[in-house]
Amino acid sequence: MIPAAFDYVRAESAEEAISLIGQHGDESKFLAGGHSLLPLMKLRLAQPTVLIDIGRLTDLSYIREDGDVIAIGAMTRHMDVENSPVLAEHAPLLAHAASHVGDPQVRHRGTIGGSIAHSDSASDLPATTLALGATYVAQGPNGTREIAAGDFYKGFLTTDLAADEMLTEIRVPKMQGAGWSFQKFNRRAQDWAIVGVAAWRRNGDSGIGLVNMSSVPVLASGVSSALSGGASIEDAAALATEGCDPTADLNASIEYREHLARILTKRALEASSS
Amino acid sequence: MTVIDDMEASTESIAAGNGVLGQRMLRKEDPALLTGEAVFTNDMKVPGALHLAVLRSPYAHAKILSVDVSGALAMPGVLHAYSGADLADSWAAPMPCAWPVTDDMKNPAHYPLAVSKATYVGDGVACVLATSDAAARDAIEAIDVEYEPLPAVIDLEDALSDNVVIHDELGTNASYTWPLVIEETEGDCQKAMDESAYVVKERYVQQRLIPMAMEPRAVVAMPQPFGGDMTLYSSTQVPHILKVMTALTLGIPEQQMRVVCPAVGGGFGSKLNVYAEELLCVQLAQTLKVPVRWNEERGENTQATIHGRAQIQDIELAADEQGKITGMRVRLIGDMGAYLQLVTPGVPLLGAFLYGGVYEIPKAFDFSCTSVFTTMTPTDAYRGAGRPEATYAIEHAMDALARKMDIDPLELRRRNFIPKEAFPYEAYTGLTYDSGDHDKAATVAENILGYADLRAKQAAQNTPDAKKRLGIGVSTYFEMCGLAPSRVLASLNYSAGGWESATVRVLPTSKIQVVTGTAPHGQGHETAWSMIAADKFGVDPADVDVLHSDTAIAPLGLDTYGSRSLPVGGVAIGMACDKVIEKARKIAAHQMEANEEDLEFAGGMFTVKGSPDKEMPLAAIAFEAFTAHDLPDDLEPNLEVQVTYDPPNFSWPFGTHMCVVEIDVETGETDVLEYVAVDDCGNKVNPLIVDGQVHGGVVQGLAQALYEEAAYDSDGNLQSSSLAEYLVPAASDVPSITTGESITPSPTNPLGVKGVGEAGTIGAAPCIMNAVVDALSGLGVQDIQMPASPLKVWTAIQEAQA
Ligand SMILES: Cc1cc2nc3c(=O)[nH]c(=O)nc-3n(C[C@H](O)[C@H](O)[C@H](O)COP(=O)(O)OP(=O)(O)OC[C@H]3O[C@@H](n4cnc5c(N)ncnc54)[C@H](O)[C@@H]3O)c2cc1C
Repeated sequence: MIPAAFDYVRAESAEEAISLIGQHGDESKFLAGGHSLLPLMKLRLAQPTVLIDIGRLTDLSYIREDGDVIAIGAMTRHMDVENSPVLAEHAPLLAHAASHVGDPQVRHRGTIGGSIAHSDSASDLPATTLALGATYVAQGPNGTREIAAGDFYKGFLTTDLAADEMLTEIRVPKMQGAGWSFQKFNRRAQDWAIVGVAAWRRNGDSGIGLVNMSSVPVLASGVSSALSGGASIEDAAALATEGCDPTADLNASIEYREHLARILTKRALEASSS
Repeated sequence: MTVIDDMEASTESIAAGNGVLGQRMLRKEDPALLTGEAVFTNDMKVPGALHLAVLRSPYAHAKILSVDVSGALAMPGVLHAYSGADLADSWAAPMPCAWPVTDDMKNPAHYPLAVSKATYVGDGVACVLATSDAAARDAIEAIDVEYEPLPAVIDLEDALSDNVVIHDELGTNASYTWPLVIEETEGDCQKAMDESAYVVKERYVQQRLIPMAMEPRAVVAMPQPFGGDMTLYSSTQVPHILKVMTALTLGIPEQQMRVVCPAVGGGFGSKLNVYAEELLCVQLAQTLKVPVRWNEERGENTQATIHGRAQIQDIELAADEQGKITGMRVRLIGDMGAYLQLVTPGVPLLGAFLYGGVYEIPKAFDFSCTSVFTTMTPTDAYRGAGRPEATYAIEHAMDALARKMDIDPLELRRRNFIPKEAFPYEAYTGLTYDSGDHDKAATVAENILGYADLRAKQAAQNTPDAKKRLGIGVSTYFEMCGLAPSRVLASLNYSAGGWESATVRVLPTSKIQVVTGTAPHGQGHETAWSMIAADKFGVDPADVDVLHSDTAIAPLGLDTYGSRSLPVGGVAIGMACDKVIEKARKIAAHQMEANEEDLEFAGGMFTVKGSPDKEMPLAAIAFEAFTAHDLPDDLEPNLEVQVTYDPPNFSWPFGTHMCVVEIDVETGETDVLEYVAVDDCGNKVNPLIVDGQVHGGVVQGLAQALYEEAAYDSDGNLQSSSLAEYLVPAASDVPSITTGESITPSPTNPLGVKGVGEAGTIGAAPCIMNAVVDALSGLGVQDIQMPASPLKVWTAIQEAQA
């Protein structure tokens, strides 16, 4: 449980962090809440030589209304997402999903930006923000750009972020009046999902994000089109595993994971419809 | 097998003294633990200590062709590095196995570092000493080992076929076969199988479990200045056994060895052992004349510390028309892992005597256990050690029998209970169960749960298309603990006795010291033992200090395991207190010029019958004993007595557990809705501690039923080597547990107490699994292997309905 040796630098601003990562190059990493990175380092599965601590960038910790969207700073802790009155009003699905992340210790340290940048498909927030049609704001040496969640996840723990780009903001459309549900299936309350489903429905529209059903978070668009085409929940949910490529582990066979995805999608849609 | 027929009967009430006994007193230990002030082994500041790190085999089975430590020696902070071969001449004897269960048991020589072959993932092959833990751990990565991988041996029946022999020198993987056949006439068991109205034949698999104490192991070996004395600090349950064994394996004169356990954060049997790292630290500290320390990482703990359970049980149960058991046959395969650790081979034997559960069993019993080596972490005693496995088998088979007969499982049990009037009861095994009232324990549980109403609710809910099915679980148990009468241990070939020592000392200021040979690691002995002494002397428990876990302070003892501490060690304390009071009585009689027989002692005061003005407090007697100015002739100064107590019988706690589960048929998820535990452990010194033991035990049993498994892949890699994959349930994952009261004092000891450390674990796994199968049998599911994960439950439902 002792990581390999590394250097540590603390950034005082996003700009400084970006220039530091430019200087130190490939073997350096941002350190946000450390709740994904440090466990990997302790197991020596990750051995960055320089950590650039962005943990003190409190100006990146906020949740505010910005026209039709809610803007969330990348350094916002899961606990603040969970308890945000703004999100409770405009995107309760995200606040609720954040309440399912790990345990209270994890939620007090882990950040929404770290979770999305790390892009573990078993994590709750990548799939949830994907379902919500979020955009992510990345800042690099040459300024900022917005990336649609649908274009962000490129492969196992791989995103569209360039090595010298930092995720600074998550923008979630306001969704008042939508029905929603977050179904997380795990064996212990503190665990990652074996399968999870984040879903919302409003009028004819819907969004369904699947946790841990592929190497990347999955948007079950087939289910949404079936629903808008008038399919029953039961029939639509049967399409949940289209485009999924789940793996087997101690907790689930591929067949069982696919079964769970369909059942949980059905339950999520039923709950979102009432 | 020794038959115990000379029990000292006593039914003296436990609350003889000042009413302290039986109080729910908060534990003295907890403030230090809860504030973080308690000092664990790894918290110790040891100037100049070198840190040991062990390089472990990544292969389950491999020849070690060469080990090159030069890379490690070149790393910063590294002072020494050794291969197994480098240290091969350091050991006076192999690592100890204290339980050669049969004369022909095969036991491969086991040394702290492997020399020519690694036989499990985690087996130590080389080590490094450096100036910091970090430097040592960096350096082991620079050791170059050339391996020739060999096939892993994971499956027990495959291991028995000897396709791949793990220890070449033994020529076989089978370690021993130990039979226990009890018949009036040869063939009685077979006759019962042939002639009885009902026979059920079941196979159960006790999955491997990882004990997972909250504090992993830690060791500091500290050479004393000049002369060769050695102090070993270790996170162990067995300081006394460890002292003897380190002396023997390292050739250190025993009087020069001292073992101390600082605060110990749990053991569950996993620290009832003598481990490679303890021997490495002591040996290297002795050679290099510097302190050497080692701290186990969690990932190491899951591989280098013993595992538990790991048995395959074939059980056949025969019963007559009414369901009365007429015979039983058990065939067991025990997974020893790669080596025999301290008591590895004895674990199945501890269970062998309990297959009869709480029932009247005729002498038509045929048990045999064959134990086999595999290329996995060695197994050894884990909370209950053999007894949870045995109880699971009989209790799960009783449910199978009830289903076959189509009668209520509780009713079937009642038909077989040993009746209350029959105690003390000589069982088919020749052992005497000292006391029991099974109908009472069952009735208490039944009433708390509302059993009959629940059965009605279940019948209404479990329609064929129900999405959620209710299951009701019942299990009973008898436990054989309080290890143990030394003569019985002798008959089982165990290499040590089962006594316990206590010294009770009244200091000149009348404060009391209790010195115990038990070695608490979470159980609350400081609280409970001070309550026993406080009650005897009529003082406040705060005035009693309990000294333990340091062989220089408490030189005699056999430590803590097998629910022995109270029924052996605690009883010894009570006896020592009585003897101190007898001595004090002599002094009081002398001082007050009265007859000893006329003195009464209560509330810390001696009074003379018939002379109300004459009294003498214990404090005054203590001071007289200390100054020795005016003692009776022939009486030695000071109030101090040492007692060694060898129990005449085991301790026989028993109980009934019941639970309700609800299974989500669509996902296979099991939700435990209610859990009721009635554990009769005789008189309770501190019911709060009893509840704590029961709660923890139930959760550990529930964990076996639903969550935990040390799963290996076919290459012999442990797949659940961290707390992310090895699913220890947390508070939010377990139901609230209701405990019900049943108190049947033990007639075996003067306190009337029985052990309770393992009881909850023993009752819980069969109770939960019986409920799971009860919920699903209507769908055609016959059984599910533990742990009943959602995946397994869902798969079983699919298969049953296909
Ligand atoms: C015991 C435990 C249980 C957990 N359970 C869950 C769970 O149930 N569900 C779940 O979703 N998650 C779970 N997590 C993960 C947790 O949510 C993490 O906090 C989160 O995944 C990562 O956030 P972080 O701020 O800790 O990131 P860090 O660990 O600091 O960083 C993670 C990675 O992202 C990079 N990074 C961080 N911030 C940025 C940024 N702003 N821009 C670019 N790159 C960045 C880092 O360089 C690093 O590579 C658990 C973690 C633990 C330890």
